[in-house]
Amino acid sequence: MGILEKHGVIERNATLLLVSSLLVVTVGGIVEIAPLFYLENTIEKVEGVRPYTPLEITGRQIYIREGCYNCHSQMIRPMRDEVQRYGHYSLAAESMYDHPFQWGSKRTGPDLARVGGRYSDEWQVGHLTNPQSVVPESVMPKYGFLLNATIDATYIEDRLKTEALVGVPYTAEMIAAAQADFVAQVDPNADSSGLLARYPKAQVRNFDGQPELTEMDALVAYLQVLGTMVDFSTFQPVASR
Amino acid sequence: MWDYLKLIALGAVAVLAAYAATLARDLPYLVNAIEVALVAGVAFVWILFAMGKRTPAPANEYMDGVVRAGVIATAGWGIVGFLVGATIAFQLAFPSLNYEWAQGILNFGRLRPLHTSAVIFAFGGNALIMSSFYIVQRTCATRLWGGNLGWFVFWGWQVMILLAASSYVLGGTQGKEYAETVWYIDIWIAVVWVAYLVVYMGTLLKRKEPHIYVANWFILSMIITIAMLHIVNNLAVPVSFFGSVSVQLMGGVQDAMTQWWYGHNAVGFFLTAGFLGMMYYFVPKQAERPIYSYKLSIVHFWALIFLYIWAGPHHLHYTALPDWASTLGMVFSIMLWMPSWGGMINGLMTLSGAWDKLRTDPVIRMMVVSVGFYGMSTFEGPMMSIKAVNSLSHYTDWTIGHVHSGALGWNGMITFGALYFLTPKLWARERLYSLTLVSWHFWLATIGIVLYASSMWVTGIMEGLMWREVDANGFLVNAFSDTVAAKFPMYVVRATGGTLFLTGALIMCYNLWATVAKQPRKAAAAVNAVPAE
Repeated sequence: MGILEKHGVIERNATLLLVSSLLVVTVGGIVEIAPLFYLENTIEKVEGVRPYTPLEITGRQIYIREGCYNCHSQMIRPMRDEVQRYGHYSLAAESMYDHPFQWGSKRTGPDLARVGGRYSDEWQVGHLTNPQSVVPESVMPKYGFLLNATIDATYIEDRLKTEALVGVPYTAEMIAAAQADFVAQVDPNADSSGLLARYPKAQVRNFDGQPELTEMDALVAYLQVLGTMVDFSTFQPVASR
Repeated sequence: MWDYLKLIALGAVAVLAAYAATLARDLPYLVNAIEVALVAGVAFVWILFAMGKRTPAPANEYMDGVVRAGVIATAGWGIVGFLVGATIAFQLAFPSLNYEWAQGILNFGRLRPLHTSAVIFAFGGNALIMSSFYIVQRTCATRLWGGNLGWFVFWGWQVMILLAASSYVLGGTQGKEYAETVWYIDIWIAVVWVAYLVVYMGTLLKRKEPHIYVANWFILSMIITIAMLHIVNNLAVPVSFFGSVSVQLMGGVQDAMTQWWYGHNAVGFFLTAGFLGMMYYFVPKQAERPIYSYKLSIVHFWALIFLYIWAGPHHLHYTALPDWASTLGMVFSIMLWMPSWGGMINGLMTLSGAWDKLRTDPVIRMMVVSVGFYGMSTFEGPMMSIKAVNSLSHYTDWTIGHVHSGALGWNGMITFGALYFLTPKLWARERLYSLTLVSWHFWLATIGIVLYASSMWVTGIMEGLMWREVDANGFLVNAFSDTVAAKFPMYVVRATGGTLFLTGALIMCYNLWATVAKQPRKAAAAVNAVPAE
């Protein structure tokens, strides 16, 4: 047992023990994480994924704040039943602008990766206000208070600037227009051409049906865009991934 | 001089925090800023009044005050964590318990991070800090290094828990599981954790024993690895200095990989390596037998810490993470079974020649069951990391059951054993108040865990099968809501199991309190620093 006897050296030297155990635990992380930044096939090349609009990203923050990820995943696996139930399996490209990711780990409720466009705004508002009124079996809490929480665009520029800082492609123009875009998305009568040019296919309407701009508007706008960005007619799966 | 510097720093913190509160952009930030100002103010007054009155601590005595405080904090936070856990378990069975009048504050989505953080970081964290401070002093035959730095670690950790808990219910979260604390709390955690490393390392360096005892290997590697994981996983840019919202540096698939590299090793190091350190001290002490195999401890230590760090991607099977990464995660997870069971064998076989104690000593029974649950969940884990199994178990309650057989069975039971071991020693009492109550605790906790784990196996496998069930024409048989309805009875069983576990812990708290309050003090024996290995 020659090698185990040499272990006595480490047992008598605390610094050596500290340094060698740190070295041993760094290996796995380096091998598994670092390549994801430079292997080109990690994120598929697809058409259509754009940064969230100012209203959508505000809704996303409410999704995070309320801990929706504790019960809902946003990651459809490529299995027959999941594809049938939820739609096309999720691509890495679809969450590449998500800081942090919201793939989730638990489905106490169904997956939401492609919930956008599946239900009407009225259904979403009614369901969030009183889930059991729409789905009697549901164990979801009520989120009616979102209808009373008004929001404004005061800090939205800072948010977009920070997103740009970590690599989300918000342009200077998008940041400058952030406050206007925030309001424009819930006003069907306003001129939304600028918003649509900056954020192609953004949905413009009064999401919660109330005159005020509320957290419910933002959350429903976020839910309605989930999984709708990629143009799957141009998507080619890569076997090497 | 040193006290004046502290006063200046605390005064500055109090004023700056109060100022920041006036500029707060969101509710969690506002409340946290007020809390920081109050805490700094209280500490300021405390130091001011204590100035000049302090007598230097006798250098030949162990520093046990901080361990006693840790025992109280561990038991107290345990109750909080189990109570919130039982609450949210009932919320899943009876959704009307998500009260509308509480305006979302007490909804499942906000309470669940409170539960996970309370049990992992408040209960588990205090258990680790407290027991490691006890162990390192005994096995190094020296007083804790760094004077009051040990107290800074203790109070800094409690402040972190206060800030995190209040921010969770008010909606302050990063949205990453088990790393929900917002950016400024993350920075504070890093500061306290580095202080912990400094105290621990300082004590090891001035030890009077030539060898570093095996428990310390595990604890030291836990401390340094958690520092690395915490810092990398929480790299983020705050949107504003006056708000709680931040944007993660990494996004999408890279963020997912980093998160589960962190998440799985929060289990692997915080809840495994650190608690193995506890096992390596308390099991031999309580059994009054030496560790079974020295060689096995060397092999399984290095294998465990090397392999664990690779296992993270098994949380991301069949997702948008590239296949090569998740396959690596699976392979290493399966290999991990061996060093895990190496630890279990070393713990269990330590009882060889003392198995009769299982009949007479409920504390050793608790520790043995704990190691048994460790063995069971470290078999279940590698099994669930196999892709074919994971395709069924992922996203289901099975995962929740697996986590709880580890957390309640292994972490909970070994901590209870340590608390029963430490309380009479730290307060110089002859023995525990009541061994009968320990037995009650043991059986309530064990039955609670069995109910919990088995009900989650049933719902997990059931919902996994129901989701994938297709009829002869290839159509899905069950709507999602059908699976939710089918799980109801098992959710009630689970909540009942959790309540039993909580009841046991309450009995323990009474027993520990009565040990200190009602048992006669032991005849004053010198508690000088003598080797206790």
